[in-house]
Amino acid sequence: MAFYVVQFLTGLASAASLFLVASGLSIIFGVTRIVNFAHGAFYMLGAYVAFTLTERFSGAFGFWGGIVVAALVVAAIGVLVEMVLLRRIYHSPELFQLLATFGLTLMVEDLVVLIWGPDDLVGRRAPGFKGAIDFFGQNIPSYDLFLIVLGPVVLGVLWLLFQRTRWGVLVRAATQDRDMVAALGVNQKWLFTSVFALGVFLAALGGALQIPRDAVNHAMDLRVIVEVFVVVVIGGLGSIIGAFVAAVLVSELNAFGILIFPKISIILVFLVMAVVLIVRPWGLFGKPEAPARRTPGLTVNPWRPLTTNERLAAIAVLVVAAALPFVGGNYLLTVGSEIAIFVIFAVSLHFLMSVGGLASFGHAAYFGLGAYGVALLAKMAGLPMIACLLLGPLLGLLGAAVFGFFAVQLSGVYFAMLTLAFAQIVWSIAFQWVSVTGGDNGILGVWPEKWAASPSHFYWLSLGVAALAVVILRIIVFSPFGFALRATRDSPLRSEAVGINGKRIQWTAFVIAGTVAGLAGALFAYLKGSVFPDNMGISLSVDALVMVLLGGVETVSGAVVGAIVYKALNIWLVSQTDLSKLVLGGFVVLIVVAFPKGIVGTLEAFMHRRRKSSSSASSPLLTSRIESAE
Amino acid sequence: MSMVPTLLSVEGLTKSYGGVHAVRGVSFELRAGEILALIGPNGAGKSTCFDMLNGQNIPDSGRIRVLGAETTGKKPRVIWRMGVGRTFQIAATFPTMTVRENVQVALVSHGGQLCNLWASTARQARDEAGRLLDLVGMGAYAERPCGELAYGDVKRLELAIALANQPKLLLMDEPTAGMAPRERVELMRLTARIAREQSIGVLFTEHDMDVVFEHADRILVLNRGTLIAEGSPEEVRGNAQVRAIYLGEGLLYDARHREGASA
Amino acid sequence: MRGYFVGAGLAIAVAAMATSAMTTQASAQSEIKIGEINSYSLLPAFTEPYRKGWQLAVEEINAAGGINGKKLVVISKDDGGKPADAQTAANELVSSENVAMLTGTFLSNIGLAVSDFANQKKVFFLAAEPLTDAITWSKGNRYTFRLRPSNYMQAAMLVEEAAKLPAKRWATIAPNYEYGQSAVAVFKKLMSEKRPDIQWVDEQWPPQGKIDAGPVVQATAAANPEAILNVTFGADLVKLVREGNTRGLFKGRTVVSFLTGEPEYLDPLKDETPEGWIVTGYPWYSIKTPEHDAFLKAYQAKYNDYPRLGSIVGYQTIKAAAAILAKAGSSDPEKLIAAAEGISMPSPFGEITFRKIDHQSTLGAFTGKTALKDGKGIMVDTAYRKGSDYLPSDAEIEKLRPKD
Repeated sequence: MAFYVVQFLTGLASAASLFLVASGLSIIFGVTRIVNFAHGAFYMLGAYVAFTLTERFSGAFGFWGGIVVAALVVAAIGVLVEMVLLRRIYHSPELFQLLATFGLTLMVEDLVVLIWGPDDLVGRRAPGFKGAIDFFGQNIPSYDLFLIVLGPVVLGVLWLLFQRTRWGVLVRAATQDRDMVAALGVNQKWLFTSVFALGVFLAALGGALQIPRDAVNHAMDLRVIVEVFVVVVIGGLGSIIGAFVAAVLVSELNAFGILIFPKISIILVFLVMAVVLIVRPWGLFGKPEAPARRTPGLTVNPWRPLTTNERLAAIAVLVVAAALPFVGGNYLLTVGSEIAIFVIFAVSLHFLMSVGGLASFGHAAYFGLGAYGVALLAKMAGLPMIACLLLGPLLGLLGAAVFGFFAVQLSGVYFAMLTLAFAQIVWSIAFQWVSVTGGDNGILGVWPEKWAASPSHFYWLSLGVAALAVVILRIIVFSPFGFALRATRDSPLRSEAVGINGKRIQWTAFVIAGTVAGLAGALFAYLKGSVFPDNMGISLSVDALVMVLLGGVETVSGAVVGAIVYKALNIWLVSQTDLSKLVLGGFVVLIVVAFPKGIVGTLEAFMHRRRKSSSSASSPLLTSRIESAE
Repeated sequence: MSMVPTLLSVEGLTKSYGGVHAVRGVSFELRAGEILALIGPNGAGKSTCFDMLNGQNIPDSGRIRVLGAETTGKKPRVIWRMGVGRTFQIAATFPTMTVRENVQVALVSHGGQLCNLWASTARQARDEAGRLLDLVGMGAYAERPCGELAYGDVKRLELAIALANQPKLLLMDEPTAGMAPRERVELMRLTARIAREQSIGVLFTEHDMDVVFEHADRILVLNRGTLIAEGSPEEVRGNAQVRAIYLGEGLLYDARHREGASA
Repeated sequence: MRGYFVGAGLAIAVAAMATSAMTTQASAQSEIKIGEINSYSLLPAFTEPYRKGWQLAVEEINAAGGINGKKLVVISKDDGGKPADAQTAANELVSSENVAMLTGTFLSNIGLAVSDFANQKKVFFLAAEPLTDAITWSKGNRYTFRLRPSNYMQAAMLVEEAAKLPAKRWATIAPNYEYGQSAVAVFKKLMSEKRPDIQWVDEQWPPQGKIDAGPVVQATAAANPEAILNVTFGADLVKLVREGNTRGLFKGRTVVSFLTGEPEYLDPLKDETPEGWIVTGYPWYSIKTPEHDAFLKAYQAKYNDYPRLGSIVGYQTIKAAAAILAKAGSSDPEKLIAAAEGISMPSPFGEITFRKIDHQSTLGAFTGKTALKDGKGIMVDTAYRKGSDYLPSDAEIEKLRPKD
């Protein structure tokens, strides 16, 4: 019995640290609607700064003071980030803020290694909380007890802050309805900055408090961020109570789950999230999301098919691309194949995201399923390459059909999180089911047959499939189905009122996107000759998002350009420098701030403006003359 | 009049939220070519009633039939396919498409082509869309992005969309809300003309009593979820109960006063 | 319009690749190039000492006149911890840089990916650090050799000591991925062969890098084992040790632990190093052989820092590569294989041989017990165990390894 009590308390202690970080994320999201991917980076910075401070200043005062000062220092950094970066992009589409904060995270990861070095840093134990307390023969670390108390205390303080102060009332009002606060004449900028500072403070405090338990290292951010996202989503975005309950739920389920299924930790949070989102789409304490705001700055230029001239130009480019084997070496061709494959992957996500308005955070799942489909068919069934390429993507189709059915019932951030959960579930199956998938070591020896083995042949194959995929998806965009999909994205109310079954249309779109992603994965398996769980990991999903956003989410063909630029840059950077994350992160942030419409969107806007100004150059003169005549 | 078929028949429509009756036992009929207004003070149950008619809300009890077919509890898209068009209080259109494409989507849906992944939508029902746009006076704007339209034009576009399935019945939720007075008159005249020409029945809710009394053939008055009066504009205007309800709001008085002045 | 953008994007990509390819064409005649790949950005704590090690080796080799008179150049690439990126890098090294052989890799899956690439493209690959048994056995191929003592060898070394313990009730804690799983499996198998009387009472599988140490420690303690096998490392190990110390998990229990004696893992623990764990590792402070002394002196002189195990592996990888290249006198992969099979060479740990049968080197490891000295963790009672003593019989390997 004592054991179960202690295991419960241990779970609570884990929950407390999770809650600190999650509450900050939830508060920031509630008010600013920013999905702050950099929250993990602030958590990590909190730990690093606290490590430095607590090493320098010893004693109880030095330790606890160091923890608090570290959180304050990082909060100040947060304020700087908010003022310099986020203020410029509050009005961008939601995903852009995610992208910018993601870029920031990449940069911070390299920066901490540059500043603090690569080694794991083990900090001091908390003065006064070094030992353990005996509980019927079981030891409970006193620091755990401290955390168990701290969690509810922070919850209480936050509650008081939000219920009893004018600032708190404003924050709550802003969480409910941002426009109302603006209407009240409150300085929104100041409110956002202060909320962001509080959120970052909590994240950094959470990180700093890990010092006595954890080793400070440069991978802490990613370790915590996904889990914290999940906790916030389970609890309901913007709900602090929800974050608390979800943190306790997840931690306790883990604490007791491992007694029965020791391997459950790896997948548990995602299972819980998937179940919660299916049963309660807005999280335990969340409220149904207001319809996604139509972002100002959204292109009102309707999409149109290519004109004849543009078609000819596209064909010319394709011909030029197809001539690459006559000038480039094997490496260039293999890189070219990889880029072509990522073009396929990116356009499939673009189809779902831009045309369907469904931003998936787990699109790599279907890419990976396609890859595993090929690998399993080739290695186990021994099918020829063509058959594998045709049948492999069907595994992506199957996965998309099953998961898509549940996912399209949701929208916005919740859709994104459910797709993420599904992707993680698929990933952990690939990771754990060693007898079939080879686990972490993957499936090797999936090389193309002779006819496609040479780099030039494989390049032509990839290029051809990519061109085909782009053309087919474009045709679908302008087909009645594509219009129905866009109609559902634009106005669910109106589309339902003109007889469109939005959910079924979105589901179909999900399956199409999943199948095309599966096709990309199938080619990728042959390109690399192997598949790994990596091929369906979060980082690949994020890569795809970056490609689409980089190209321009509101354009028809931005994904193509985004994929080419991002992948080429990525391969080049990884090859040239160990600090690729720093450079890439900086590049992403720059793009978001300077060219929020993406590369293609910016170019289109530029050309649009030029056309307008040249056609209307004379008209102001004309009107002024008429006015003066009157 | 009795030879004209009944388009919409509503019997004993009831809906309550947590013990409070939002709509209680509402029954009425609507005939082809007839323009029927549903009015009542705020909170009278107009919106609930309307939402149940177009399938966004499911009644606790009662029956709704369109041309004799049961529509109670059916989804909006199903009701639309039974020949019911609708417009919203805040116009709902597709802002990222052109005006013509907005109508084309509805026409393509009506033509059962939604699952067509191959054809070019641009060529689908192009002329038909142009005809509908001409009908509502939007022909000249056909290639304009919908997101750039003035609100009055968006409302007219919405009417064109609502007509795409050749509806027998048009449900219009506060069709003139948010419009300038002159636009209101134009839109309602247009609606009335189309309804008479194509023998479409129109049911609309409205706050503006000028619009109601000028365009409705018949008026239903809802108060606290129940129907308290029904009849021609003259009958309703003379109804003491109605006057009592509306006296506080001054709307009815206002309307009569203005009409008197013009007479 | 899209066309122009695609064109522009491609042009940029092509230009970037072309320039990087061209600049490396020059002076190919007087050099021998080795391609090296590792997870520098993902695992800097392990790969930085490794890099220092191989850089020292390159310096020594070139100072001694290079390889058959040619200057040795190592072109190093980061794989970001992703097998797919490692293959891209491998491809670049082979196709664009025309390297004579590939070396490196730390993670097992990346080692396997590059090994499979080497097999497909017929390139010689000397795997440095990956531990998985598969790379030389079940998924072994003729182009791949491996330097570091494998999972199996480390397990066998530990089992020798562990079997002497009186403990009968054993629990395991291992990261939930292939390395952890196979380490536990091999340890259990070898242990049960030597000691049929022992019982496996609990197993914990925390996710790699994400251990929730409190509940894991509690759950392990609840099974009341007499001894514990630990396979976690890095930040997970720190958390496990801290929770375990506070909760008294290690009190009165012997812990047998993979790799924990390597400075990479032991040093971060500082004064919290648990005492008396039986570990494999690298006690650089207590190795008193002339070979190692020479290495240590050179390393400390160059970097003003002490070596980690990664330094040894990096150093010896390039030394081995140079020895193979020198013996082959050619960069033809077939000649390299012929040269490498059975080649013997000195190392800081004494002479090692790359076995013909499975391409595994006989580089060994040190076992010993953890102890605290001046607030730092060290290994005591250390003994060097030659790799050749801890490998299964040739007949068994024949069964494991696919025929070439």
